[in-house]
Amino acid sequence: MSLHRTLGMTDDEYALVVDVLGREPNEPELAMYSVMWSEHCSYKSSRAHLGRFRHDQDQVVLGPGENAGVVDIGDGWLAALRIESHNHPSFVEPHEGAATGVGGILRDIFTMGARPIALWDPLRFGPLDEPHNRYLMSGVVGGIAHYGNAVGVPTLGGEIEFADPFSKNPLVNVMALGLMRREQLVTKAAAGPGNRAILLGNSTGRDGIGGASILASASFEDGDAEKRPSVQVGDPFAEKKLIEACLELFSAGLVVAIQDLGAAGISCATAESAAAGGMGMDVDLDAVPVREQGMTPGEILMSESQERMLAIVAPGAVGAVLDVAARWEVPAAVIGTVTESSELRVFSGGSLVANVPAASLSEDAPLYRRPVERPRHQDDLWNDAPPLPEGVDAGKTLLSHLGDPALGDRSWIYEQYDHMLFLNTVVEPGHDGSLLRVKGTDKGLAVATDGDAVRCFLDPERGAARIVAEAALNVAVAGARPYAVVDNLNFGNPEKPEVMWQFTETVAGMAEMCEALDLPVVGGNVSFYNETDGVDIYPAPVVGMLGLADPMPLQPPRLDRAEEGMDLWLIGHEGGDDFAGSAFSRVTLDHVGGRPAAVDVGDVLAIIDHCVRLAQAVPVLHDISAGGLAVALAEICIRSGVGAVVDCDDWRLLFDETPLRVLVAAPPLADLGIDDVLVQRIGVFGGDHIDFEGAGIVDLAEATDAWYHALRRPLSVVG
Amino acid sequence: MTVAVVVFPGTNCEHDVVQALDAVGVGAELVWHRDEDLGGADGVVLPGGFAHGDYLRTGAIARFSPIMNPVTDLAAAGRPVLGICNGFQVLCEAGLLPGALVANRDLQFICRPVEIEVTSKKSVLTAAAHIGEVLRLPLNSYEGNYVAPVDEIDSLEASHRVVLRYHGENPNGSTHAIAGLASAAGNVAGLMPHPERASEAVLGSTDGLVLLESFAASLVPA
Repeated sequence: MSLHRTLGMTDDEYALVVDVLGREPNEPELAMYSVMWSEHCSYKSSRAHLGRFRHDQDQVVLGPGENAGVVDIGDGWLAALRIESHNHPSFVEPHEGAATGVGGILRDIFTMGARPIALWDPLRFGPLDEPHNRYLMSGVVGGIAHYGNAVGVPTLGGEIEFADPFSKNPLVNVMALGLMRREQLVTKAAAGPGNRAILLGNSTGRDGIGGASILASASFEDGDAEKRPSVQVGDPFAEKKLIEACLELFSAGLVVAIQDLGAAGISCATAESAAAGGMGMDVDLDAVPVREQGMTPGEILMSESQERMLAIVAPGAVGAVLDVAARWEVPAAVIGTVTESSELRVFSGGSLVANVPAASLSEDAPLYRRPVERPRHQDDLWNDAPPLPEGVDAGKTLLSHLGDPALGDRSWIYEQYDHMLFLNTVVEPGHDGSLLRVKGTDKGLAVATDGDAVRCFLDPERGAARIVAEAALNVAVAGARPYAVVDNLNFGNPEKPEVMWQFTETVAGMAEMCEALDLPVVGGNVSFYNETDGVDIYPAPVVGMLGLADPMPLQPPRLDRAEEGMDLWLIGHEGGDDFAGSAFSRVTLDHVGGRPAAVDVGDVLAIIDHCVRLAQAVPVLHDISAGGLAVALAEICIRSGVGAVVDCDDWRLLFDETPLRVLVAAPPLADLGIDDVLVQRIGVFGGDHIDFEGAGIVDLAEATDAWYHALRRPLSVVG
Repeated sequence: MTVAVVVFPGTNCEHDVVQALDAVGVGAELVWHRDEDLGGADGVVLPGGFAHGDYLRTGAIARFSPIMNPVTDLAAAGRPVLGICNGFQVLCEAGLLPGALVANRDLQFICRPVEIEVTSKKSVLTAAAHIGEVLRLPLNSYEGNYVAPVDEIDSLEASHRVVLRYHGENPNGSTHAIAGLASAAGNVAGLMPHPERASEAVLGSTDGLVLLESFAASLVPA
């Protein structure tokens, strides 16, 4: 097979390279184009559609295109946020794949000048009755814990879903948040001819060569264990030192620009930095510290060894930069010079080994408008509504829901993560959204990640709109106004028109809901080719929502603050019979079909406003999502250690998942101050049962036991 | 009166500790692990984190950092020395406290609040607390399981040097549920839970303050 095909490049793309260069590329050059023009780096199948997301609102400082989105949260503070995927590496090697995903996203944050202050990890696996899925999940959670804890950045949660299509293609997404003073903002543009390029951090080895093109931009087949050498190996200790060294360089004003080394390593970082500054760069590979002998120029250029940064530094500051690096025990080497030409020239052993127009690696990347076709099965899916039974015992049904791994207690996961470091964590994982204070201000930042792959499979547009609304509600119940969004669009093979239909519908649904909420999308990631043996995953967009609480409630709502005698209220939207894609369909009926309800855009702002206001006053404010009212109430009862009596004799109202509904616990006779949306007192807290009068009853201790062991039971079984 | 808070490469709780010490009226300065002296500090805290990446073994490399010489001298002079979490592990490796901390019983990292009972006041950490007092403090460790030879444990118990013990559930399998202990003179103390993470109501607990206040009081020259 010809080299370009081995590198994952089509014949047409190869012809385009020849066209750009005006000659045949040599091997290192071809390797550079193959990675920079891969789906993962160039967004060639998705770029044409991403313009639908707005990011021109006042709070946006930097939208998509930099390493992270940046928003102004006032008081001189900026927040940087970013989401990424490490799906295929985590399937090949769960521990290192997940660990290096954490390392990569952190570099995206501190590259901007911000100190990373928190991480979130949305995860998707196949059902846990499969031993291999348990192995993958244990490995991924262990890898996140290992890297995140040791690098010294708290992990404040995430979310999780289990479904068959993820058995052979798990999803490991990771979101990070950073905080910086306004004057600390740094970008990647390498200005100023004569400035030096300094490589900071780990030495360069043979690990991870072709990670972006081989792992992240191609489908999988069974027996792909031989791709394991393409997975990088993480060193959180090296990253911790790199963070501290870089933050000191920024605060001392010693760098002109900085760029992290991710996909395609040195080649991508030097090209991107030079191109962003409208410059060129001469790079000397002999100056790169390598960790093994005999590496070829191509290998050094393409290596994805972790924990490395490229700083652009004025010639006079080189000594000071090397001193700071030495103090933090971070290896550093001058490897290049910014030039006035627009070319990236790479030298090795005194000779020129690559010479390409720097901007061509990003700007000349192919752009595909792939065919889009609504799947033929779509109408059948919509017509296949969940077959609802006549009589349902709400008590028994609730117990089976609470014992489900996707619905029960998640503390098995988040108690392995340091979620308290930095003394910012006001609401920890295990609630709707996590809440961090911003020290020195009255403000707080709430963050939630949300996804809903089954609903997005049934109706990608409605499903995507719903996860945006749900994430917005999750930060609102922590007292924060939705402020900015990042998204991670996980999809199957974009060369299939049906997958592209799912993608475009998803983008439409997300864009529409963000528009309704006037929310900027400040960054994102597209992960295609989540396909193994020809089977695509469910479309699995994930949103990361940043909310700004101003002021931050000093006693924010929590699930564990309900007390005997408090009233239970339902606010928001009328319940209905929205069972398509519900937990009830999956857990009780084992059924996937029907069409989920749309979110009522007219109500969403009013309901969010009420939540933000009530969060200053009420002890419990809890969004109703998977498992409906019954599961949401049970979570409050279990966490608070108090039962409840609910006036509801129709089981459907207990398990229906109509969006935009919130439960409130409040002292008796409270006035919630709501007259424009539904507000209904539906019960009272007390006793040691969850009692749906007439529809069923559960002993609180039994419910607690089922919920507590939902993940612990399967995961304590050795695979 | 100042406290030196030691920063090894990989340490991550140093700023949290400085903030919590400030809350109990103690000024603190960060000192780097390569420093040769403590800048005239009256006491030392070794904070939590992953000194030298926890490579080889927790604390095994940190004990050779130059700063450990003046720390050892200060301990010998009877001045207060406190190790929190990774700092406790370093004190054990450095021989300033007996025993060692090994992997948790369930081989998983544990980050959650646990209940701790004060079992002795004979330390800079617990002098201001009451015996039998139960505190709710966050635990955050993979190697929190305290072990020592049987006769060492017996001697620690007999001399009331076990100052903190897990209450109710033993989260990590620690011998005799030991969560914190002190040197014979009581001036060197180590604990696995994080008092600085329980130093403000908005963070969920202020139970750590009594321990930090004990430490603050111990800084006054005898």
